[in-house]
Amino acid sequence: MSPVVMHTVARMMAPVLLLVSLVLAVRGHDIPGGGFVGGLMAATAFALQMVAFGRPAARKQLRVHPTRLAAAGLLVALGSGIPAMLGGREFLSSIWGQLPLPWSDSLKVGTPQLFDVGVYLAVLGTAMAFILGMGRGEDTTAPDSRA
Amino acid sequence: MTPATLLSLPIILCLGAAAAGQLLPSRAWPKRWLALMTMLAVAVVGAMLLVTVRREGVQAAQMGGWAAPFGITLVADLLSALLVLVTGVMGLTVVSYSAATLPASREAGAYYPLVLVLVGGVCGAFLTGDLFNLFVWIEVMLGASFVLLALEARQEQLEASIKYMSLSLMGSVVLLCAVGLLYGVAGTLNLADLSVVIPGSDQPRLLTAVSMFFLVAFALKAGAFPLFFWLPASYHTPPAAVTTLFSALLTKVGVYALARIFTLVFTRDSELTSTLLLVMGGLTMVTGVLGAVAQYDMRRLLSFHIISQIGYLIAALGLLTRGALTALIAFLIHYIFAKSALFLVSGATARVTRTYDLHQMGNLYRTQPLLAALFFVPALSLAGVPPFSGFFAKLAVIQAALRAENWAIAGTAVVVGLLTLFSMMKIWREAFWKAPPENQPQEPNRPLSLGDGVLGPCMAMTAFMVVLGVGAQPLMELADAAAGQLLDPGEYVQAVMGGRP
Repeated sequence: MSPVVMHTVARMMAPVLLLVSLVLAVRGHDIPGGGFVGGLMAATAFALQMVAFGRPAARKQLRVHPTRLAAAGLLVALGSGIPAMLGGREFLSSIWGQLPLPWSDSLKVGTPQLFDVGVYLAVLGTAMAFILGMGRGEDTTAPDSRA
Repeated sequence: MTPATLLSLPIILCLGAAAAGQLLPSRAWPKRWLALMTMLAVAVVGAMLLVTVRREGVQAAQMGGWAAPFGITLVADLLSALLVLVTGVMGLTVVSYSAATLPASREAGAYYPLVLVLVGGVCGAFLTGDLFNLFVWIEVMLGASFVLLALEARQEQLEASIKYMSLSLMGSVVLLCAVGLLYGVAGTLNLADLSVVIPGSDQPRLLTAVSMFFLVAFALKAGAFPLFFWLPASYHTPPAAVTTLFSALLTKVGVYALARIFTLVFTRDSELTSTLLLVMGGLTMVTGVLGAVAQYDMRRLLSFHIISQIGYLIAALGLLTRGALTALIAFLIHYIFAKSALFLVSGATARVTRTYDLHQMGNLYRTQPLLAALFFVPALSLAGVPPFSGFFAKLAVIQAALRAENWAIAGTAVVVGLLTLFSMMKIWREAFWKAPPENQPQEPNRPLSLGDGVLGPCMAMTAFMVVLGVGAQPLMELADAAAGQLLDPGEYVQAVMGGRP
């Protein structure tokens, strides 16, 4: 007997949770939220998949190996600090620019947003490594530690 | 390069390379070369930083351009810069030793990224100018060390890592409590700002209590009496390369943190803290060396010596004179190299004999003469025999104790030195000198050989010890200048806070 309610809710909630996680991540620059909370929220979406459909399904939906995701996030976050250094300012100093939009005013973009993207990915990857690791116990600490 | 770049580069390099290493395909050689090059770069940056600080004084940078005490401050005085340089050199040594000793499947995995995270955490701890960040960097370092300890997932390693992890986390809780309490009392965690705010605080008793929290937390990280028991319970289980990395860097961060806060922040109750540190240092020396004398497992024996040498450092900090701090810094540098050399050699002997049990070794003096020499020099150096680096370092500690008319510490240091010599000679007698035990299992189909590149890192460490011994003067001058900076925090505060009071 398949748990119909659980499956249906999990399938419906996943896009909602991911959307909320993105909203949290984007609004976080000026109001409560940010990459960290956003990443955690995204991890709950995948955790729910694991509860409903099992670990392999959740792993498949994540597509990327969790520790590689975390590593990529760390690189993005570190990388967001480099442009300021190249410009002779201190590491992680923020650089802001205006992105003109055709349909409205221009959008304010800058390196702190890139930093938040990195944090989002790193938190999602780390949390998923833990959660998937609890699901089975192996195979998540490193993509390749099977000696 | 600007000082700000130099200050942030060791951390960026290590963490960036760790992340890149995790993204690389699962092959041994790309990860190995990435780690080697990164460690080399960290050592070079450390050397440049040291030169800059020596020439232009204490360097500070505010990450993101947010001024202290609100932003994240990185700061390097001579002690920090010297330790970053040594960390880079040790990283390079350990990575090249790992390349020679570890199986390719281990190298292809998460091993090098974890080593890089650990080294990045250590560099961060040495360079940060903020107590909360110090806590974070210590956690980064410990997190990587937990995984490195348990990476092979053998039963004894898992047992060791449970002990190590639970006790370390206990220390972290105490440290976090201390940081929180201090923030409540002083309203800032920037070290330079604290050093200005605390002397004028109206809650001296509370601050004394907080300083005791810090003492307990960092003493646990340093492996000092009576909080050392996690160390001999865990250090003998991972591969020799990992033990070397741990012994060279982890406990030293605890000692560095103690030296930093008790020279920069909590200077008001120096009578109380220095008495406590002296008692703690003396007892650490004695218990460590007595523990070592009783051991017959080579790595356990060496682990107990870590503790006994930490005692010298803590006692030197307790004396808190310029001579004593000079001795502390010189001893710290000497001892990182000496202990690492011994652990590397213990790994090499285990490759030849397939055991760490001294009873089952023997005759290595004849079969591996070069290895015997590479053990002999650091062993004598650790015990404090001239002309190696240990002699000058130990002499400086004892002189400082005599000058402070602290006969108990001076006497303890001499006796512990003799006992160290005794237990080093025990290893020498058992592993290298005596005839091999009769019932040694013969395995003709498994040739007992060292393998390529194992002795290189050992030789480098031994060479450092001879150089630091024969040419001790430059190190002593550098240590003296660094001690001067520690005792007169004015330059440090000025560099961090700029013109503002």
